[in-house]
Amino acid sequence: MTAPTELEVRIQPAAAVSIADVSKVFGNGRGSVAALDHISLDVAPAEFVCLLGASGCGKSTLLNIIAGLDQPTSGQVNVRANRTGLMFQEAALFPWLTARGNVELALKLGGVGRDERRKRTDQLLEMVHLGDFAKKRPHELSGGMRQRVALARALAQDAEVLLMDEPFGALDAMTRDRLHDELETVWRDTRRTVIFVTHNVREAVRLGDRVVLLASRPGRVAEIFPVEIPRPRRIDSAEVATLAAAITDRLRAEVSNGR
Amino acid sequence: MAVDTADAVLITELMAKPARRKLWPAVWPKLLAVAIFIGAWQVVVWLHWKPEYVVPSPFTVLDQLRHDLGTLTGSVGVTMRRAGEGFGLAILIGAAIGLAVARLPILRAGIGSMITGLQTMPSVAWVPLAIVLFQLSERAILFVVVLGAAPSIANGIIDGVDNVPPLLMRAGRVLGARGFSALRYVVVPAALPAVVSGLKQGWAFAWRSLMAGELITVFPGSIGIAQTLNVSYQNSDFVGVYEAMIVIFVIGVVVDAVFFGTILRAIRKRYGLIDAAAL
Repeated sequence: MTAPTELEVRIQPAAAVSIADVSKVFGNGRGSVAALDHISLDVAPAEFVCLLGASGCGKSTLLNIIAGLDQPTSGQVNVRANRTGLMFQEAALFPWLTARGNVELALKLGGVGRDERRKRTDQLLEMVHLGDFAKKRPHELSGGMRQRVALARALAQDAEVLLMDEPFGALDAMTRDRLHDELETVWRDTRRTVIFVTHNVREAVRLGDRVVLLASRPGRVAEIFPVEIPRPRRIDSAEVATLAAAITDRLRAEVSNGR
Repeated sequence: MAVDTADAVLITELMAKPARRKLWPAVWPKLLAVAIFIGAWQVVVWLHWKPEYVVPSPFTVLDQLRHDLGTLTGSVGVTMRRAGEGFGLAILIGAAIGLAVARLPILRAGIGSMITGLQTMPSVAWVPLAIVLFQLSERAILFVVVLGAAPSIANGIIDGVDNVPPLLMRAGRVLGARGFSALRYVVVPAALPAVVSGLKQGWAFAWRSLMAGELITVFPGSIGIAQTLNVSYQNSDFVGVYEAMIVIFVIGVVVDAVFFGTILRAIRKRYGLIDAAAL
């Protein structure tokens, strides 16, 4: 795949996120490590894209660059939104604030006024089914509940683009299933653009409109799989399993190539 | 520091709750310990190990204590004023130094380790210098108290700021907390438990320093509780010595364990740093 030129980037103004020929090198000289190698990808508004790859493929680095927490060594990222919401593998909630306080702080830092803030916080907590747990502190919540609070907090940023870095990686399978359903509903209702990083092939197929398979060392786009399975999907359905198997084969080939 | 009203209300709530529900189970072992101590003391008196004017009966001392409560309250008032002023000044100076060292690498390299070193310096060692600089005066005592307490307070702040989890800093940055708002909404609350431990330790040092200062610098005018102790000793009024020591001990325990201890436990519980069931 060749990198898009400046012109190509400009004639696709509809992309919510456009990643153009992005490379990232850590360190310099002989000790330098290429983390990302000429990655190009356009994500349409309201699209759900999963970045899939083995560890070390630079998927988190790419996400950090999109979030603006890190700068690419070369290439360009254009995010057609004032800012991006970001969710981590750990909920990263502030332990001194209640569930409600965590969500409300995001609104406060986003400059939302007090009355509006209260209303929106209630709505967001309802959306992730935590209305009854608003007054609990993070250490009083289960892992799944904490990730729900983190999701509500990310949504509170009112960012058009939501970046998720293996957000359900530390959860048990049943909780993860429920959160997939909830995330899908939230995504459908709020029309956000989601870029979701995972190393779980089935999870990627379950959630994504497209699955972008990244190859490792250095990270580059190996192949893009469109997922045409109608929603709502089930992670244990035959269609999901079939596509997941195909992607897994490709991933295996990639990993053995790398060695 | 930046504890807003909601926090203050919560801390009061948390302080009030266990006090109401679990007062007796916490109190009776302490009462028993005091009773055993008084009993042992009385046994020593009965054994006539020392003459009674040197080791008087605990009941003589407690009786006298009740009788002298009025005058003792006066000297406690003087001492607590000094403690308040000294500790308050130590907080201002300790906080300024702590924040500066935490934020400026050159200061950290220069004086970071010296602050810890200063903490190990016995406060009595400052007294002669204090007297040379300020004569026998209130300011000499203040000087000793501030030097005793400020390093712990500064260390608490440095420790708190250093140990803000990087993940929370990132989460804050993603939410748009940068510069001052990162300090206000992430660093300060994250550092709070360490800062309060620093204050608690700072108080303990302030109290010791104040006693050292008062014991050595007796001057006309306001007489604090340790000065009362010294005067009683000079007059061979050993009952008075015991009285003053009891008062010094009780104030120390009340402020350190009851006041700071309760606040610290409430904060740790709130932050999920201790098991709520353990309270």
